[in-house]
Amino acid sequence: MTPAELYQRNREWHPPAYAPDYKTSVARSPRNALLSLQGSMSELTGPTFGHNDIDPLDNDLIRNYAQSGDPIGERIIVHGRVLDENARPVPNTLVEIWQANAGGRYRHKKDTYLAPIDPSFGGCGRTLTDADGQYVFRTVKPGAYPWRNWVNNWRPAHIHVSVFGAAFAQRLITQMYFEGDPLIAKCPIVQTIPDKRAVDQLVAALDLNATVPLDSIAYKFDIVLRGHRSTFFENRPEGN
Amino acid sequence: MGQTLDYLKETPSQTAGPYVHIGLAPGAAGFDIYDHELGWDIVGPNAKGERIRIEGRVIDGTGAPIKDVMLEAWQANAAGIYAHPEGGGDVEDGFRGWGRVITDFASGEWAFDTVKPGPVTGRCGTVMAPHINLWIVARGINIGLNTRMYFDDEAEANAKDPVINLIEWENRRQTLIATRGTRDGQVVYRFDIRIQGDNETVFFDI
Repeated sequence: MTPAELYQRNREWHPPAYAPDYKTSVARSPRNALLSLQGSMSELTGPTFGHNDIDPLDNDLIRNYAQSGDPIGERIIVHGRVLDENARPVPNTLVEIWQANAGGRYRHKKDTYLAPIDPSFGGCGRTLTDADGQYVFRTVKPGAYPWRNWVNNWRPAHIHVSVFGAAFAQRLITQMYFEGDPLIAKCPIVQTIPDKRAVDQLVAALDLNATVPLDSIAYKFDIVLRGHRSTFFENRPEGN
Repeated sequence: MGQTLDYLKETPSQTAGPYVHIGLAPGAAGFDIYDHELGWDIVGPNAKGERIRIEGRVIDGTGAPIKDVMLEAWQANAAGIYAHPEGGGDVEDGFRGWGRVITDFASGEWAFDTVKPGPVTGRCGTVMAPHINLWIVARGINIGLNTRMYFDDEAEANAKDPVINLIEWENRRQTLIATRGTRDGQVVYRFDIRIQGDNETVFFDI
C-alpha cells in the first residue's frame, strides 16, 4: 500500500529560488522550471528516528557544550509543536537546531566575525517531538551578526530549524526569528519570502506562560509541515 | 465572501545558510559535540546488495563548485524496500536508507558509501528503476532542491522508468544518470549536480 499523498506545496508561500537581493541566490537558483511529480513511495516515505539516536541532553544548549560553566547570554526556552496542515500533531519526529552565540558568533571555522567564541557554548541541539508533537530546547538567545551581502547587512537574531516529518517530501529547513526584532524587516533573507503573513509565521512569540521565573524567558515557535490528503473513496487508494 | 478554509499553512522555508554543518553535521565540520552523529551510515553492516560509493560535486551557475552544500540521500535497500512503516516490507537490521553528507571545504567534492538500491514500486503498479532521492540545501538555496540519481548500468530499467519518462526534454534526462567506474577495486558512481545553466540538473517539485 502506498502511504497517503501530501497536499501540494504552495511555492508562492515559500521563497522563490531566485531572490536577487539575497545575492548568493543569483547563481544558486535553477533557471528551468521544477518538474512536478505525484508522490510515489520514494517521496511519501522518509527516515525514522528513535530515542536511541540521541542523548537526552542534546536539547539543552546551556549544558551540552558546557566546558567551563554556563554560556553567557540571555537564557531562553524555545518550545512549540510540530503540526501538519490539518493541525494534527507530528509525533516522534526529529527537530534539529543551530545558532550563533549571544554575541552573534558561530562556532565554525569559516566564521571570522570579531565577536568572540563562547568557550561553553556549542550552538547545536536536537530532540524528538513527543506524542502530541511537542518539542522543547533550552539555549541562550543568539545575537545579530553582520554578513557580506550589502555592505551593511545584519541578520536578525535567529535559530536555524530542521524538521523531518514522516515523508521525505515533508523535509524542511527554516529559520526562527524573535518577536519585536527591528532587523527582521530589513533582512534580505527574510524578505525572500513574498508574503508578510508567511514571514510572521517565522517569528516566535514571547511566551510568558512558559517562562521559568527568575531563570529563563520562553518563546513559542510552532512548525507546520505539509498535510496528508484523505482517501475519500476506497477504490481510489492514491487519494481524493 | 465565503468561509475561510481552516487549514494551517506550511512553515515557509529559509536557506540553511553557510554554517549548516554546525547543526546537521558537526563532526564533519570538526566540532565534536554528539556521541552519535546521524546520517553517516546509510545502510548499516547487514545490508545485502552491491556496496558502492557515490561521489560528485554541486556546481553553481558560474561553473564553480559549491563548497558549503549539504546533501541528504533517501533510498530503498537492494530489495527495493524503504526503511519506513509503509516502506513495503522489512529491511535488514541497521539499514536506515537515509544519510547526509557535506562537501570537502577545499574541493567541493562529496561522497557517500551505500548499497545499490533495487527497483521500487511506483504509482499504479509501475516499477521505478533503481534510484536514490537527493535533497540539496546550502547558502543561497532558499528552499531545498529535490532530485533523483539513477545508474548508467541500468539502461533498460531507466528507459521504462515512469519518472524519467515524465521529462519531456529527452536531452535533460541524462542529467539524472550517474556514471559507473571503479577505483582500487571499488565501484564508484560519479554524479555531478549542476544547479544552473548548461546541463542544468532536473529538479522536482515533489
